[in-house]
Amino acid sequence: MLAEKYASKIEYIFSKYPTKRSAVMPLLYIAQEEYGYVNDEGVAEVAALCDMDPTQVRSIAGFYTMYSENPKGKYWLQVCTDLACALRGADKFYADLKEYLGVDDGGTTEDGVFTVEHVMCLAACDKAPMMQCNFHFVENLDMEKMVPLLDHWREEAAQANEAAKPAKAKKTKEKSDSKP
Amino acid sequence: MANLNIIYREKDVPNIHELPVYLKHGGYDALKKALKMKPAEVIDLVKASNLRGRGGAGFPTGVKWSFIPQSEPVKYVVVNADESETGTFKDRQIIENNPHQLIEGSLIAAWAIQATAVYIYLRGEFWDLAQSLDQHIEDARKKGLVGDNIAGSGWNCMVYTHLGAGAYICGEESALLESLEGKLGMPRVRPPFPANKGGGLYGEPSVINNVETLTNVPWIINNGADEYKKIGTEQSPGTKVFCVSGHVEKPGNYELPLGTTLRELLFTHAGGIANGKQLKGVLPSGGSGPVIRFAGNDDPLLDTPMTYEDFAKIGSILGSASIIVMDEDTDMTWVAAKITKFFKHESCGKCTPCREGTYWLDKTLDRIMSGQGQEKDVDLIASVARNMQGVTLCALGEFAANPIIYTIKNFPEDFKARLDGTAAPVVVAGH
Repeated sequence: MLAEKYASKIEYIFSKYPTKRSAVMPLLYIAQEEYGYVNDEGVAEVAALCDMDPTQVRSIAGFYTMYSENPKGKYWLQVCTDLACALRGADKFYADLKEYLGVDDGGTTEDGVFTVEHVMCLAACDKAPMMQCNFHFVENLDMEKMVPLLDHWREEAAQANEAAKPAKAKKTKEKSDSKP
Repeated sequence: MANLNIIYREKDVPNIHELPVYLKHGGYDALKKALKMKPAEVIDLVKASNLRGRGGAGFPTGVKWSFIPQSEPVKYVVVNADESETGTFKDRQIIENNPHQLIEGSLIAAWAIQATAVYIYLRGEFWDLAQSLDQHIEDARKKGLVGDNIAGSGWNCMVYTHLGAGAYICGEESALLESLEGKLGMPRVRPPFPANKGGGLYGEPSVINNVETLTNVPWIINNGADEYKKIGTEQSPGTKVFCVSGHVEKPGNYELPLGTTLRELLFTHAGGIANGKQLKGVLPSGGSGPVIRFAGNDDPLLDTPMTYEDFAKIGSILGSASIIVMDEDTDMTWVAAKITKFFKHESCGKCTPCREGTYWLDKTLDRIMSGQGQEKDVDLIASVARNMQGVTLCALGEFAANPIIYTIKNFPEDFKARLDGTAAPVVVAGH
C-alpha cells in the first residue's frame, strides 16, 4: 500500500496544496515508481487518497505522457526527434538505436531491459541528439557513445537481477535511483 | 562592452547556485530591500523598468502585477517553468545554475502582490532539476529567507515546486493552473482572467510569470529602473537569453542585450552557420512563430535588431527567442511537417478547430511528403490553417497554423518541388 510505504512523502505532498486533488499528479508518480507503471491498483489507491473517482485519476494518467499505462523495460529511453534535434541528426540516431536494439518505436527489448520511444522537445536542443533515460538527461549522443552506455545498463540490470534473487521475499525497500 | 550577465551570473561567479556563494555576492539583498518598500512601490519600480515577460508574449511585468486586487486575502505567484516550446532551453539553465535568483525574484513578486504562496510549475521532464530546486528552497528556508517571517520582516510566504507530466499545453497559463489543481491541462475560458477573483489558481487572483522574467527582478530592485533601461532598447529594455539551435557551429544559450542584431548572435556568438553553409531560414520563436526567409549569409535582414518591435516589423515575432537556424539544404516542407506533428501531438483536444485542424494538416502533409500530393493539397492545408486562427481558447491553435501559412508563403518553391516530384519522397518521423 502506497499510503503506508510512502507515508511521509505523501504527507509532505498534501501539505503543499489547499486541495487534495492537487496531489493527484505527484501521487501518480509515486504509484508509477512503486508498480513500474500506472496500474489499476495504483489508480485506486491514488483515487482514495485524493478523494477522487478512479476514472478521473485514469483520465489524468492518460492525458499526461509521462505516466505509463503499460509495463516498461528497466530503462526507459525517450529520444527527442523534434525539429531542433532532428536538424542535428536525431531522426537518424533514433533509427540506428532502434535497429541496434532490434525494436520498433515504443517497443521493449526481449530481455526486458530497454523500452525506446521518441518524444517531443525536452529542452536540450543545443545538445542534440539527446534523450532521457528514466527521466535523467543524457546528451550530445551518437551511436559510438550510446553502445557502451547500453552495455553498461545491461550489465547493471543483470547485476540487479542477480542481487534481487535471494532477497525477493523482502521487496519493501524504497528504491532510490529508479524512475519516479 | 563586456557581456553583462544579469541572468546567467554563474559565468561571473562560479557555484552561485550554492546559497553561501549567492549570499556572499549580494544574494537576497534585493528581497530585503523590497521588504522595506511598500508593495505598491515595488510594482511601480518594476513598471518603470519596463521589464517585459520573457515567456513569449512580452507583456509588461509590472503592469501584470498591478492587475491583482489588493483587497483579496489569498493570492498566488505561479512561476511558469514548463519550458516546452521546440527550441527553448533557457529556463533549465537558470534553474540549474542560478536558482536562488529565481527564488528571490519570485518572492519579490509575491511581496509586491502580497501573495500567500509561490508555486513553481516545472515540466515533468525537469525531474532532476525539481529535486535540486527543492533543496535550494530548503536551504533558503533554513536561513529565514523563505517561509515564515522572511528576513525578520514578519511576512510569511512559502515556495513550492510542482511537477507536470509531459504536456506542452501546460505552458499556456490557464492550462497550467488547471494542471496544478490536479485536472487535465486544458485552457480555461476567459474572463475571468488569472489576475481576477475566480480566474487564478484555486480561484484566487494569481500572477503567472516566466522563470527568466522573475530572474531579472532582483537586479532591477538592486540597480533601479533607470539603470535597467540603459540596457537594450527603449521598448525592449534589458538582456534576453537567446536559445540558438539547429545549423550553427555553437548552439547554446546566449544572454545579450535586447537590440543585438541577429547577425551578431549567429555569426559572432554562435560561430556561424555549420559546415560553411548558407542561411536559408530562421524560426525566431520556436515552432510557434512565422519562419523568416534569408537569401544566404549576406542577407541584410540579418542586421535586424532582436527586439519585440523590430521582429514584428519584419513579419515575425521574437517570442521566447528560441532561434532555430536552418541551412540551405533544409527542405521547408519537411520543417512544416515536423512542426505539425508536434502540434498535433500537443493539442489538448478541447477546441475542435485545433484538435481536428492539426490532425488533418498532419494527414495531408504526410500525403504531400510521400510524393502523393496534388496542387490543391497545398491550398487545402493553407485553408485549414487559416480557419484555425482566432477561433480557439488558447494560442496553440494559432501557433499550429503559423508553420503552414508561413512556409507556404515564404518558401513556395519547396512545395512546388514536392508536388512535381523533384524532391524525393520522405516519411517524416514523429507522433
